[in-house]
Amino acid sequence: MPHQSFPILDLLHQRVTTSQALFGLSVGFDIVQISQMEGSLRAFGETFTKRLFTPNELIYANCDEGLFAERLAARFAAKEAVIKALQLSELGVDWRDIEVIKKSDGDCYLQLHGQVSRLALSMGAMQWLLSMSHDGDYAGAVVMALGVTPNPQISELSTKVKYVGIH
Amino acid sequence: MLESIELKIRDVLRDHGRLNQDIERIDMQTDLYKSGMTSHASVNVMLALEGAFDIEFPDNFLKRSVFGSIDSIRRAVTELRVAS
Repeated sequence: MPHQSFPILDLLHQRVTTSQALFGLSVGFDIVQISQMEGSLRAFGETFTKRLFTPNELIYANCDEGLFAERLAARFAAKEAVIKALQLSELGVDWRDIEVIKKSDGDCYLQLHGQVSRLALSMGAMQWLLSMSHDGDYAGAVVMALGVTPNPQISELSTKVKYVGIH
Repeated sequence: MLESIELKIRDVLRDHGRLNQDIERIDMQTDLYKSGMTSHASVNVMLALEGAFDIEFPDNFLKRSVFGSIDSIRRAVTELRVAS
């Protein structure tokens, strides 16, 4: 099959690469199948939830009937998106060090703890943007870390930046 | 002993790995992520391995590469069983 060209992706690629160089922007994205989350809850129960989620996340996810799995799916997607944004997948992190906080006005934000917080600060990530959504059987999250210090590893990957998050 | 560890790992991957091909066709070095395992599925695999081998994966083992192949999982399980 011939390679299909998407000019808008090339334009986005240039913009993201430029933003990354100028402003220290790093992006992560992940998507989770809600029915698979339900399967994990059936198979492992509290062993699963307590390993991945903070007490506050579990309280919020459980406060409205019927939304537990989709809320946890969105939060797991957010945690994985942070891991991708900071390229932490080979460092070994506790998922509970990445917490999604629900504000009273309905917005959500990220609160980092422990080792992840230390790593993020060491990379210069001073501010995070988070957006989560779900539709049908899928929940997804995109995060942006602002202030990340450009480093050779990220520069090396910048030519592949439009593929970040597709795993 | 090593064979029984591998068989248990294969059972776990069959039940929880969400692989896109039969586990019998996966060799020791096959990249499990390229065979369909998602990051979510790898968590299920980790928890199932903990139950199957009565071990616990510490944070420093929660790396993508640890769950990347049957061989890497076997090395991690063997190390954790010795330590426990």
